[in-house]
Amino acid sequence: MKHVNRRSLLKGAAAAGAVGAMSQAGLLEFAKAWAQAAPWKPEKGAKLTILRWKRFVQSEEDAFMALVAAFSKATGVAMTVLNESLDDVQPKASVAANTGQGPDLFWGLYSLPHLFPTKVVDVTDVATYLGKKYGGWVPSAETYGRSGGKWIALPIGYNGNVINYRQSLIAAAGHKEVPKDTAGFLDLMKALKGKNTPGGFALGRASGDGNAWVHWCLWAFGGNVVDAKDKVIINSPETVKALEYAQQLYANFIPGTASWNDSFNNKAFLSGELSLTNNGVSIYAAAKADAGKDPKMKAMMEDTNHALWPVGPAGKPTEFHVAYPMMIMRYSKAQQAAKAFMAFTLEAENYDKWLIGSVGYLTHPLNAYDKNPVWTSDPKLTVCRDVAKRTLTAGGLGSVGERAASALADFLVLDMFASVCTGRTTIKDAVSVAERQAKRIYR
Amino acid sequence: MPEAVLREPAAPLKPPTLLSRLMVNRDWLGFWFMLPAAAFLVLFLAYPLALGIAYSFTDAKIGQDIGSANFIGIENYQWLIGEFDCKWEWAAFWSRLFGGDFGALGALCKIVGDDQFHLAVFNTLFYTIVASVLKFAIGLYLAVLLNNHLPFRAVIRAIVLVPFIVPTVLSAIAFWWIFDPQFSIVSWSAKQMGLATENINFLGEPWNARWSAIFANVWRGVPFIAITLLAGLQTVPPSLYEASTIDGASRWQMFRYITYPLLTPIIAVVMTFSVLFTFTDFQLIKVLTNGGPAGSTELMATLSFNRAILGGQRIGEGAAISTAMIPFLLACILISWFGLQRRKWQQGEAND
Repeated sequence: MKHVNRRSLLKGAAAAGAVGAMSQAGLLEFAKAWAQAAPWKPEKGAKLTILRWKRFVQSEEDAFMALVAAFSKATGVAMTVLNESLDDVQPKASVAANTGQGPDLFWGLYSLPHLFPTKVVDVTDVATYLGKKYGGWVPSAETYGRSGGKWIALPIGYNGNVINYRQSLIAAAGHKEVPKDTAGFLDLMKALKGKNTPGGFALGRASGDGNAWVHWCLWAFGGNVVDAKDKVIINSPETVKALEYAQQLYANFIPGTASWNDSFNNKAFLSGELSLTNNGVSIYAAAKADAGKDPKMKAMMEDTNHALWPVGPAGKPTEFHVAYPMMIMRYSKAQQAAKAFMAFTLEAENYDKWLIGSVGYLTHPLNAYDKNPVWTSDPKLTVCRDVAKRTLTAGGLGSVGERAASALADFLVLDMFASVCTGRTTIKDAVSVAERQAKRIYR
Repeated sequence: MPEAVLREPAAPLKPPTLLSRLMVNRDWLGFWFMLPAAAFLVLFLAYPLALGIAYSFTDAKIGQDIGSANFIGIENYQWLIGEFDCKWEWAAFWSRLFGGDFGALGALCKIVGDDQFHLAVFNTLFYTIVASVLKFAIGLYLAVLLNNHLPFRAVIRAIVLVPFIVPTVLSAIAFWWIFDPQFSIVSWSAKQMGLATENINFLGEPWNARWSAIFANVWRGVPFIAITLLAGLQTVPPSLYEASTIDGASRWQMFRYITYPLLTPIIAVVMTFSVLFTFTDFQLIKVLTNGGPAGSTELMATLSFNRAILGGQRIGEGAAISTAMIPFLLACILISWFGLQRRKWQQGEAND
């Protein structure tokens, strides 16, 4: 739990200084002026509690806490920030929605607000205001944010889930860069295994990395859980092809990926055990943060690079990046303050610095931020600039609503891949189990 | 004038009200004393249990209270348990029967239900039975050992209790590191000693994961059994052992004909608790594997939570999974209940 008090304000100030663009006083001045002009006036004596996923990049959290502190100072709204690990945000939000009490704002994953669209506040006014001011929302942000003609959440940021690899190790395996097609990518994985420096993707119940790669794989071969009308079409030759491909990849993975959650590949990669994996740019960011004091980490940072996902027989990119929507709960007694806070975070004076602080871990949902210096300052981060535009949405061809959210939360696709890869069931059985489950979710 | 006072007609005694009579009535007094405990049980046990069972007959989703959910009868159970899917062809049946291909006979008929639920039931039963047997064997062995005159006996007894004292989540995280696919101390030691060439895949392979989870559970559950049985052992009168020594009984005979019979009632109680705790285990699996890989270690409790809360939708279905645990638990309680009433269990005598 993080209460904003003198100490955290000081910490926030230090962070703002580190980020560099504006002094704490400057930020506060902007915040005060903004609060005067903003269309949302916080309720008297308003208190806001935000529950967010626990940061993966320290400087991202520092920048976030700095803007929270500035908002609190300028508006007089007492702010409390709670941090929960990524997988725990959803159950907490579900229980809060169920019982009608809890934090005012939730900052969660994918289509979380679509699990309880009637329990969150309509934020169409905030979305329109920001969209007009900052060059419009990217299409996937509209898909994630809207339900029934109105905005129920704002995708505050995306997390590009890209291939992380060690330049020297793929070179040793005979590749200059990560191949751009699935066949070439399999060759690379085989070659890496042959050199005894295997890569691997998480196949445990990892809501971020696990879901990202299995959906990429399914879609890359033209498989889909449902069609555009939400009819279940998972039992298809394309799905079988995707599973066969995954089986071949898995045979060349480092052992143990079936038990990995979201943090395992970070640890393994940083310790030098893993040559290639899928992740946000947080591995690189961690290496970079320690590069000054640890020569090993410096070497790691120099050797790490990022690539976009290969394109499969489907013929177009089929990436699945993480979306982080923020929503206001209907039971909140400070809804105007919450709206003001959401708008405040996405204003250029705050958001630009937040993007810089997150060193590429977060990607913007508003077009105007393409020009943010973080995308050009380090060429290794440039791949993440466009992830919000490239990503497909939860549910694939189908709707992004509560059924897609349910399929994701049930690990429907992930478990199908994991059953096949670990050899627990045959491809045919895994597909029919997933089909039966999908039909119930999409009935 | 005392006389006048005496003659003053006494204020008529108020006839006792019904309430005041009930307050002092001996038969009702017991009821009053029982009331707080009963209220507690109803509020925190019976009501949630009934609510859970009621939810299991609805299609309630998160955010819906029971009143506004649709009653759908046993649909949740039908979905979970499934139905027989038989492709019964006489020709295939005879050819397999006479072809000696008995294994394939079963393939003619299979249950099509929720695969994850079936797996969770299997996992739960396997986990409970294997872990309980191991815990009992090791616990009893430790108890007998600690009952002997050892040096530093008090210290050793205290140490034995440690796994039981550590919060489950902490010990689960410790095991999580021990079983880590890349950084496991066990794998590392095995490699250093030349016993293995690569890391052991503890949690990434279905059967390895099951055994690893059982190992962690046993480690955690043994102290409870060992210490309770030790307490039981100390109630066995030493005179019995002295007498049997004079009769020339071997150590095994002493255990078999004195210790074991006198310990039976305590064993029954302890094992009932142990089985119940293991059957409803949640924290350890949630932290250690989260049911993975691909549901291989999913227990009914974790599956219920995943469906009802984490899946964020189907409270009704999750409640049905929880309710499906009740028959198993009830069976276990009934066995020990009736067992405890039998004299053989109570006193270890042969006549019932």
